[in-house]
Amino acid sequence: MQVFSRQSDRYFRIFLAVLLMAVLGSVTLFSFVSRPQFTEVGYSPVQPVAYSHKLHAGNLGMDCRYCHIGVEQSAHAGVPPAEVCMNCHARVKKDSPLLARVRESYESGQPIPWVRIHRLPDYVQFNHQAHVVAGVSCVSCHGRVDQMVEVRQVEPLSMAWCLDCHRNPAPYVRPPELVTRLDWQPDRDPVEIGRELIAARGINPPLQCSACHR
Amino acid sequence: MSEKAKRYWRSLDELTGTPAFRRWLEREFPEGASEWVGSRRTLLKLMAASFSLAGLTACRRPEEKILPFSKGVEGYVPGQPVYYASIMTLGGLATGVLVECHEGRPTKIEGNPEHPASRGTATAFMQASVLSLYDPDRSRSVLREGRRSSWEEFEAFVQQHMRQLGKGEGLRFVSGAISSPSLLTLRNYVLDRYPRARWVPYEPISRESEPAGIELLFGRPLQPVYRFEQADVIVALDADFLGLDNLAPVWIREYAARRRVATPQDSMNRLYVVEPGFSLTGANADHRWRARPSEIGQIARELARELGVNGLKVLGSGSSHPWLAAVARDLQRHRGRSLVLAGPRQPAAVHALAHWINHALGNVGRTVHYTEPVVRTDLAGLAALAEEARAGQVNTLVILGANPVYNAPADADFAAAMKRVPVTIHLGEEVDETAALAAWHLPEAHYLESWSDGRALDGTASIQQPTIAPLFGGRTASEVVALLAGYEHRRAYDIVRNYWLGQWKGRDGERAWERAVHDGVIAGTEFAPVSVTPDLRRVQGLLNEPAPPPADLEVVFLPSSATYDGRFANNGWLQEAPDPITKLTWDNAACLSPATARQMGLENGDVVEIEAQGRRAQMPVWILPGHADGAVSVALGYGRKRCGRVGRNVGHDPYPLRAGAQPGFVRGAVLRRTGRRYRLVTTQEHHSMEGRPLVREATLEEFRAQPDLIRKQSPKTELFSLFKEHDYSQGYQWGMAIDLNACIGCNACVLACQAENNIPIVGKDQVRRGREMHWIRLDRYFEGDPEDPQIAWQPVACQHCELAPCETVCPVAATNHSPEGLNDMAYNRCIGTRYCANNCPYKVRRFNFLDYHRGLQEVQKMVFNPDVTVRMRGVMEKCTYCVQRIEEKKIQAKAEGRRLRDGEILTACQQTCPAQAIVFGDINDPESRVSRLRRDPRNYSLLEELNTRPRTVYLARLRNPNPELASQEGS
Amino acid sequence: MATVSQPAETPLVLGGLTPADVTRRVAGIVEQKTPRAWWAAFAFTGSLTLVLFAMLGYLVTTGIGVWGNNSPVGWAFDITNFVFWIGIGHAGTLISAILYLFRQRWRTSINRFAEAMTIFAVTCAAIFPLFHVGRPWRAYWLFPVPNEWSGMWPNFRSPLVWDVFAVSTYFTVSLLFWYLGLIPDLATLRDRATTRVRQIVYGILSLGWRGSARHWNHYEMAYLLLAGLSTPLVLSVHSIVSFDFAVSLLPGWHATIFPPYFVAGAIFSGFAMVVTLMVVARWFFGLHHLVTMKHLENMNKVMLATGLIVGYAYAVEFFIAWYSGNPYERFAFVNRALGPYAWAYWIMVACNVLVPQLFWFRRIRTSVPAMFVISLLVNVGMWFERFVIIVTSLHRDFLPAAWGMFRPTWVDLLTLAGSFGLFLTLFLLFVRFLPMISMSEVKAMMAAEETP
Repeated sequence: MQVFSRQSDRYFRIFLAVLLMAVLGSVTLFSFVSRPQFTEVGYSPVQPVAYSHKLHAGNLGMDCRYCHIGVEQSAHAGVPPAEVCMNCHARVKKDSPLLARVRESYESGQPIPWVRIHRLPDYVQFNHQAHVVAGVSCVSCHGRVDQMVEVRQVEPLSMAWCLDCHRNPAPYVRPPELVTRLDWQPDRDPVEIGRELIAARGINPPLQCSACHR
Repeated sequence: MSEKAKRYWRSLDELTGTPAFRRWLEREFPEGASEWVGSRRTLLKLMAASFSLAGLTACRRPEEKILPFSKGVEGYVPGQPVYYASIMTLGGLATGVLVECHEGRPTKIEGNPEHPASRGTATAFMQASVLSLYDPDRSRSVLREGRRSSWEEFEAFVQQHMRQLGKGEGLRFVSGAISSPSLLTLRNYVLDRYPRARWVPYEPISRESEPAGIELLFGRPLQPVYRFEQADVIVALDADFLGLDNLAPVWIREYAARRRVATPQDSMNRLYVVEPGFSLTGANADHRWRARPSEIGQIARELARELGVNGLKVLGSGSSHPWLAAVARDLQRHRGRSLVLAGPRQPAAVHALAHWINHALGNVGRTVHYTEPVVRTDLAGLAALAEEARAGQVNTLVILGANPVYNAPADADFAAAMKRVPVTIHLGEEVDETAALAAWHLPEAHYLESWSDGRALDGTASIQQPTIAPLFGGRTASEVVALLAGYEHRRAYDIVRNYWLGQWKGRDGERAWERAVHDGVIAGTEFAPVSVTPDLRRVQGLLNEPAPPPADLEVVFLPSSATYDGRFANNGWLQEAPDPITKLTWDNAACLSPATARQMGLENGDVVEIEAQGRRAQMPVWILPGHADGAVSVALGYGRKRCGRVGRNVGHDPYPLRAGAQPGFVRGAVLRRTGRRYRLVTTQEHHSMEGRPLVREATLEEFRAQPDLIRKQSPKTELFSLFKEHDYSQGYQWGMAIDLNACIGCNACVLACQAENNIPIVGKDQVRRGREMHWIRLDRYFEGDPEDPQIAWQPVACQHCELAPCETVCPVAATNHSPEGLNDMAYNRCIGTRYCANNCPYKVRRFNFLDYHRGLQEVQKMVFNPDVTVRMRGVMEKCTYCVQRIEEKKIQAKAEGRRLRDGEILTACQQTCPAQAIVFGDINDPESRVSRLRRDPRNYSLLEELNTRPRTVYLARLRNPNPELASQEGS
Repeated sequence: MATVSQPAETPLVLGGLTPADVTRRVAGIVEQKTPRAWWAAFAFTGSLTLVLFAMLGYLVTTGIGVWGNNSPVGWAFDITNFVFWIGIGHAGTLISAILYLFRQRWRTSINRFAEAMTIFAVTCAAIFPLFHVGRPWRAYWLFPVPNEWSGMWPNFRSPLVWDVFAVSTYFTVSLLFWYLGLIPDLATLRDRATTRVRQIVYGILSLGWRGSARHWNHYEMAYLLLAGLSTPLVLSVHSIVSFDFAVSLLPGWHATIFPPYFVAGAIFSGFAMVVTLMVVARWFFGLHHLVTMKHLENMNKVMLATGLIVGYAYAVEFFIAWYSGNPYERFAFVNRALGPYAWAYWIMVACNVLVPQLFWFRRIRTSVPAMFVISLLVNVGMWFERFVIIVTSLHRDFLPAAWGMFRPTWVDLLTLAGSFGLFLTLFLLFVRFLPMISMSEVKAMMAAEETP
């Protein structure tokens, strides 16, 4: 006597096909959503002080380097001490409750615990100085911060993404004095400008491991 | 290497083929479990950050905070290291350092180029000192009778106690040797305030016989200042001036400067060494004579007789050894360009003779001159103090940064003495043996935490400035003394500053002070030479002294290459650094000559009881080729009972054998076997070159006769690669050249590398399993007669092969070649197949078999260099040519829009090397120093027949034997 | 089918068994009540397997340091076991593929068994390359998977990557081959099944096999194709494994002789393992009529032949070392024979070269106890061959200052034991639930023999 009907062969084949598709499908889906474009981009934590880059860097047109002093001399751009805020806010909006935390920090000497947004793993040695000096604008990695009320990560900051630029820097290189001009619109093809600068200033982005991993 | 092949041999046991060696070879299957689990050393580990992060790449990360200052610091840029000039003092003598600080953390010590004792280089001790700063086992609080107390309580106690002391009867101070001018003025202030008080400067590694000997000869206790650069012929009588008797890295630099041979025409100094043990100096000697310590006096005497006064021989000269005759003739040939020096372990008479010989040869003023001593110590004074104390005549004993209970001469029985003193105050960096017996223990500030000053050997004064606030609330000796004495200033800063402002009356003190602090040296403070005239009657007396009767066995007490006198016992870097000669780590041993060991039927690891004049100590035996027969040499500074977790009970304590009368060596000792065995661990188990041309050698004559002799040893076959080769013609191409003739084999590079590259400590058991992590290895080979061999050094780190065997086999491409010729290692890509290490003919790759950083405390993490990734377990690592330094300088140069200058990039090993034997640079630039060395006729690369094309090349070792002796030694 | 290699007087099935008897015998083993002895054996090997898992867990949580590996001996038991197990697998493929293509009829009653052994051996082997890496959780980087983060690919110049492909292909093909061969027998079991569970399970497993002419036609064709596919694998897999060593520059590894030498060794050890297991199974399940002395004798002959090849390889290695005039090469081999690990070397020579010579004697060749002992010794010898090649070459290479000794820890030893546990456990499950002799093929073969 038979436990399986004549059709069961077909059912079995269909079952196998479905199983196969399910497996492949889920793998593809997972690898798609686990890309840094999904996992990293858009990260925008709540900061201890409601500081608006849009207001300061955008509307008021303050230069990035007024606060991020290290960016041209050091690996780290640096987050400004409360003192820098107080330079103005000792007079401007001196009693604003929004600035309480800043004043408190300035008086107590306790740092403000800003939440890191653009984070690279500890085995990556990124150097702001090298990039800024070569004429890579802030906007290339941080986006239009001058239009963000709350800063969020706009680029994946993955190795593959870094290499895209290191392999083909021309579109991202501009005259170094313009790196903090996030809204800079060149009058002609930026790639042209980039090529000329690269040729003129002998820029050759490193591709070896030890350039970043050491 | 002479044409007739040298007689090479394997490690001793193998040579003698003892059953023990067989057993050791056969011992494949170890007894029981691997005991590293939960071992003492597992404390020394830290979870590498890259691990947790690497694991989390896919999911949302943990929140991370950025904590900026609240108020800016002038001139401070986050992420930029800052360098401060300061000094480190050892045995009272200062050496200038530059302290690299990251975000306010001192992370690395370099030599101060401005400082005469350093001239930019640093010793192993200096390199390792930064680790001690972050030692979590350091003393953390004031202790009263062993119970937690506070500075306030102590101050209160001092207020009422010091008042009762009247003229200071029974008030005694013990300190280390002091060169600090400000502290010395404080001392005088105390002694004025309490006229009856006494202050004993004491160092366990005593050098007192030197000034004493000079006093015998010149009638004044002076201090010699040697100028090795000026000496063509050097005779060292038990003087390890390149090794542990070395007081300043500059000595090695000056000596090595005379070993550099660029062209066959260049000259080279010649070094004769007479010594009992096998010291670094002996290892570098052109001629070495093994002699018991007590015989060295006689040898000095005979040498003196050979030379006589202006060349005339006096009585008994006929009896002397042909070796000495030849040495004497060589010295005669180099009058005024020679130097004879005796070691601190030798009695005053030997020093007197040595200096008389220098005088007779007209060396005084040329290769040696004399100044007032920079430091004075008083071993006898300590014994006397102990005597008084036992007699109950001491009521207040203040011990400043010394540990006499552990390291005072055994016959002083300081522990018993201390127990009889009602009030004992101990200032120390750790709660040590002395602290345990003290009524008051006060935490002392590390030198990187404190203001002070000090003098170098030549008298040059420097300011010592802190680079970090005291981590554990320590204070400096000067602060404590000021407190006790009720001095006007209480803060070390004021004490030092005011002292110097006082010195600069009339000048612009502020500017001078700024300058002194900034430069790390105070110009024009060195001592003036003192003119001397020998008392010849005295010398005659010494010359005619009879030779001492032969004793059966003599024990020599040497400083340890790891712990010095025991003070660095809790420093894991030093403990793990293999002794340059024995290659022992985490231990000391009783070193014997093969013959003596055979005589007594002893083998490596046999524990013996050494008895000398009724005092006993137990020690494991280590058979050391080239050791003098009938003598035992032991390194001091081990077997600490009260100390941090790292150093506690590491090794065996020889201090109980040591009497105040003979701190250097003791005669008439007896060895008794206990039947116990003890496991000694080395980083090198095999000591022969197996006839392979690894360290290439020649004598100066041979080299002059045929300069291509070194190259001739290269294989004739024409080599080619199957892989497509990189193009190395463009841009910077990094390369290194190591001059084996300059390298003296000290461990400075090993320690510098460890500090620079966050290299973990693995512990004795892991070393036993062959897992030491040092990126640079000092291969030490014995050659010639096992009883009296020669030593050849070879520092081996990653050779950065242009055709690297490791790169082709890595399955995940974690190790790749950079366009600048570096063999890059991407830790975060490595999955740890260890294939690269297997395929590396130089075996320079190091694998993290365990999580060697696990469980580190926060304070221990502070020593890490932020520019170098801390490696996790399971990944491979190796020398990177300090790529972080290369990149730093490259970025700097780019920012300034220029090319890098030759010598701008210094690798850690190169920068610290006291002999300046390592040169790094761009081999594409024909004018760079490294390129020039690569054109040197002595240049060769290691295992070049494998066609790996190493970027590191070696310059062959040259020896400069005395032709007269070369014949009779025949080695 | 004219080229029947067997003379008629030595039939491959004895006791005048009819095809029906064959089915009854073989299927009977699967259908009978589980024997006590089986449970006992399963309990033992099962616990050994647990030991293996425990050791691997300890390894992954603590690090390679729990093993004795060190610098310079970066590979030791781990890769030794890997090569050993891969080698074991080869007999199966050889029997099922090459002997099939050569129409060696005697293979029919042992091929199923040997193929099963292949699968299980490769499973055990695969454990080691995976767990010998320092960071197993990153081992997937060995496969060419595109990576959004780094865009990195494996280094295709590395023999370890070749291994990944060789071994995974080998495993896949062997599995398919084995399963395909099983289908008709599974169907037989399904049809004979008395309980519903068995009917369903075997029903699914037999993929609706009805034994129609069309089925048989497809079956034969697929079987032939797979046989053709696996044939090169027999040679390629161990050749590629040998590249791990041959491609390096280490004296004692860097040798062009390795591929043939390794393949011969693999077949040698594989047959030894088949004999070891077959002798036991044959005795326990009373399969004397199906697995005749002729089968065993043939396998012993193969062992003798391959053993001689291996012995020749050992000799040639020494000759080349001497003839090359390369001092490092010379030292490496002198060190093998006389150095600290000489004991391992001589165990290897004794077990792999001397002992098999006994097979020259028919009496020994046909004595079950003798062949059992000898095959065991050969397995020991072949394990030591890999140990000698890997450890003695690594522990003393170019710079004497970097020389060292390898001493295994208890974890090393228990891991090795555990891998045997896993192997035997899988085997016990196999003999319990699947027909260990290919009924369909035996019957086909009987039919062929009867045709005059």
